Amino acid sequence: MAAASADWSSDVFREMKARGIATVCTVPDGGLTRLLKMVEADGGMRLVTLSTEPEGIGVATGTWLGGGRALVAMQSSGVGNCINALGLPTALRAPCLMLVTMRGQWGEFNPWQVPMGQAVRPALEAVGVKCFLVDKAGEVGETFAAAADLAFHGRLGAAVLVSQRIIGAKGFGQQ
Amino acid sequence: MSAAISATPNKIARRPFVVDLLARRNGALLVCGLGSPTWDAFAAGDSPEYLYSWGGMGLAVPTALGVALAQPARRVVCITGDGEMLMGIGSLGVVADQAPANLGILVLDNESFGETGRQRGLTSGRADLAAVARGFGIARTLTVTGQGAVAELAELLFETPGPVLAVAKIALTEDPWALPEKDGAAIAQRFRAALGVS
Repeated sequence: MAAASADWSSDVFREMKARGIATVCTVPDGGLTRLLKMVEADGGMRLVTLSTEPEGIGVATGTWLGGGRALVAMQSSGVGNCINALGLPTALRAPCLMLVTMRGQWGEFNPWQVPMGQAVRPALEAVGVKCFLVDKAGEVGETFAAAADLAFHGRLGAAVLVSQRIIGAKGFGQQ
Repeated sequence: MSAAISATPNKIARRPFVVDLLARRNGALLVCGLGSPTWDAFAAGDSPEYLYSWGGMGLAVPTALGVALAQPARRVVCITGDGEMLMGIGSLGVVADQAPANLGILVLDNESFGETGRQRGLTSGRADLAAVARGFGIARTLTVTGQGAVAELAELLFETPGPVLAVAKIALTEDPWALPEKDGAAIAQRFRAALGVS
């Protein structure tokens, strides 16, 4: 594994490339901006923009059925939308790799983000998805690599939860 | 054409219709929505190239899209119901955006929640799924209302450059149970083996 850089998005991108994860399904989030730009700029990768996050669970499952590997990337609020959908890869014994940028978790300004943000881990664990919470930027890449290997080799659901402590809380111009 | 409230009951009998249709699939992979479309496909003759579903409502089209993108040399057809399609309706926008030339979608539209007691569905009123698909940017659509439309429908679904979407207005019928394997791991493994990706 290469050394972590200051930019966790580059680390995740590198680990994706190393594992042949060539499709990223997303409803975007601010914290995902750099990663999504790298994916979009890469001729060998495909960005699938969704209308709602569970579509990504379906696309990722279909990608695996067809012999490929995909990542589903979303904000924590999108996790709640995915709960029933996560039964699909579980029933098929298909891998499901998720990258979740957290809101409502560390210094959140917007109270509407808090209920789902706080429920992400118990909700995912309730449907059998293994959670990897990471709160240091330098550890995101290796955590992503570990989750990806668990997902694709173990044919399991695995989610990397990138702490709001890394992303930074959005202040809406207020202090 | 704008949607109209149905004045006459749907005529197409789903089981023989799906038999006629799948006889013309020409090697296409089939991704079924949960419930009746899965029973229809199985009743028409089992194949390892069929991905059956017992759940995950709203995910038939996204799953088919994933298969189509991963297998660009294979035709992929999603066959699902009106309620299942409506639950994942935004996925038609994703399909239009990705524009896979190898993907066809067929909605077997009985305007009802057939599996749960035949409660009235939204397409029994003003909702027109072909019009919705065109609105999302799926340019080629077809609505069929008669048993004799199978040849035209097959050409669209299995031959015409995609993405394409067809709606078949089918009758509410009482069909014999035809239940395929329900172990998802077995279904997925068989499908992947048929594609040579296991």
